[in-house]
Amino acid sequence: MIELTDVVKVYPNGTRALDGVSLHIDDGEFVFLVGPSGSGKSTIIKLLTAELRPTSGSVLVNDFELGTIKKSEVPYMRRTIGVVFQDFRLILNKTVYDNVAFAMRVIGASEADIRKRVPYVLDLVGLGLKSRRLPDELSGGEQQRVAIARALVNNPTMIIADEPTGNLDPARSLEIMMLLEQINALGTTLVVVTHERELVNRFTKRVVAINEGKIISDGMDGYYQYEE
Amino acid sequence: MGIISMKNKNIGYLVKEGIRGIFLHGFMSFAAICVTVACLIIVGSFSLIMQNLNHMVLELEQQNQVLVYIDESYTEAEAKSVGSEINLIPNVSKAEFVSKEQALSNFVEEQEDPTMFAGLASDTLRHRFVVTLQNSEQMEKTVKDLEAIQGVSKVNAHLEIANGFTTIRNVLQLVSTAIIVVLLVVSLFIIANTVKLSLYDRKDEIAIMKMVGATNGFIRVPFVIQGAIIGVVSAAVAFFIEWGLYDALIVKIAQIDTLQLFTFMPFGDVLGVMVAVYAAAGLFVGIFGSLMSIRKFLDV
Repeated sequence: MIELTDVVKVYPNGTRALDGVSLHIDDGEFVFLVGPSGSGKSTIIKLLTAELRPTSGSVLVNDFELGTIKKSEVPYMRRTIGVVFQDFRLILNKTVYDNVAFAMRVIGASEADIRKRVPYVLDLVGLGLKSRRLPDELSGGEQQRVAIARALVNNPTMIIADEPTGNLDPARSLEIMMLLEQINALGTTLVVVTHERELVNRFTKRVVAINEGKIISDGMDGYYQYEE
Repeated sequence: MGIISMKNKNIGYLVKEGIRGIFLHGFMSFAAICVTVACLIIVGSFSLIMQNLNHMVLELEQQNQVLVYIDESYTEAEAKSVGSEINLIPNVSKAEFVSKEQALSNFVEEQEDPTMFAGLASDTLRHRFVVTLQNSEQMEKTVKDLEAIQGVSKVNAHLEIANGFTTIRNVLQLVSTAIIVVLLVVSLFIIANTVKLSLYDRKDEIAIMKMVGATNGFIRVPFVIQGAIIGVVSAAVAFFIEWGLYDALIVKIAQIDTLQLFTFMPFGDVLGVMVAVYAAAGLFVGIFGSLMSIRKFLDV
């Protein structure tokens, strides 16, 4: 669950990235967060992943209050969310299997758990037969599927995807979005940041539009209303 | 909460990652080991020099004895009984009784022409104790303690020589410590830079680790292992080179007549100390070198 209350974020150079944002996302929801470049979308993502702290207001993610969270608690909060980036951020000298297993190893999972869980997640994203490939041997869409598998492998309650289709062609973008929809259907909360209007409008989901650090619309009709 | 229940069972994985870091920049690791070996050999050499000089100064100190003269009115038996009180003073290591007859005989033997002193009566001299001290730094106080004993008429001590030894030892200790500290700091930075290269190479990996919820401790361990391995390997190589060099040097010195004055300790006598010095220095520079470089990479 995400609960943002009157969140203000002012960067050290004086830029007011968020100006009193309040937002509630329930468990199991699928939400598109849309808006033009510089609108404040990335700042929200960084607040939700505890890379930044709010200047004022409250950011509550999965029962962790991120404005006051102790540094030592941040890793444990991050284990409850999975993050997917536009540029995939895969480790190029590790195989598909190892990229996904890596996420389990670094939080101290046993090899027995890893051997059970990784093939299951790779099958879920449709890469069961490509586990021994290196990222460079895969298409962009497949690389993003690896990144989604890595985000999923520790069984988070929520996935935050930051422009997950930004580097993909329209057909691959649709496939990735449908995969995310499938994952959401299994009970995982999805927050997808994007500015691809056509893609958003193909799904009937909640759309939160942000501009100049403020929420300008929040609707369930799946329509991206903001005009760039 | 959806977290898979996990415990840190991956020591093997962490060690493997640490070793991988060494081979990832094989040449740099080799260079770091070479430079650290050089620094540790110099550190070890100064430690050996310090121990040998300490040993030599101690031997010389043992020869700087104190003469305690007993009152002329005391018979030999009475004079001998003063010895038990002398031995009660904590800094006294040994008190050897020399009767006035024995003292005269020793004196005459030392003269170039002993016949000149043939008629000298032993009453000219006094019974005495030749006292060896445990620590010549406390000579002044010990002399006072000796003078306070009933029956002691005079105490002869070379205080200026004792102070000289103390000064020499203190200066040597200071200089050696300063050089050892400087070289350890140099080694520390060399290892820190090697580990930093691995960190640069893997900074994306570290960012991903942070993002999926790895703790700082978990991220740190492979780099600390990497530094510790470099430090310990360097220490082991430096130790054996030092051993060989030292033994060869002692053999060479033994062949030079003018250096016979110096008695060097065999390496076997300092083996334990040297193993401890090298192991501690290697681990210290390895572990702290890594920790120094990793700090800023964890701020993600």
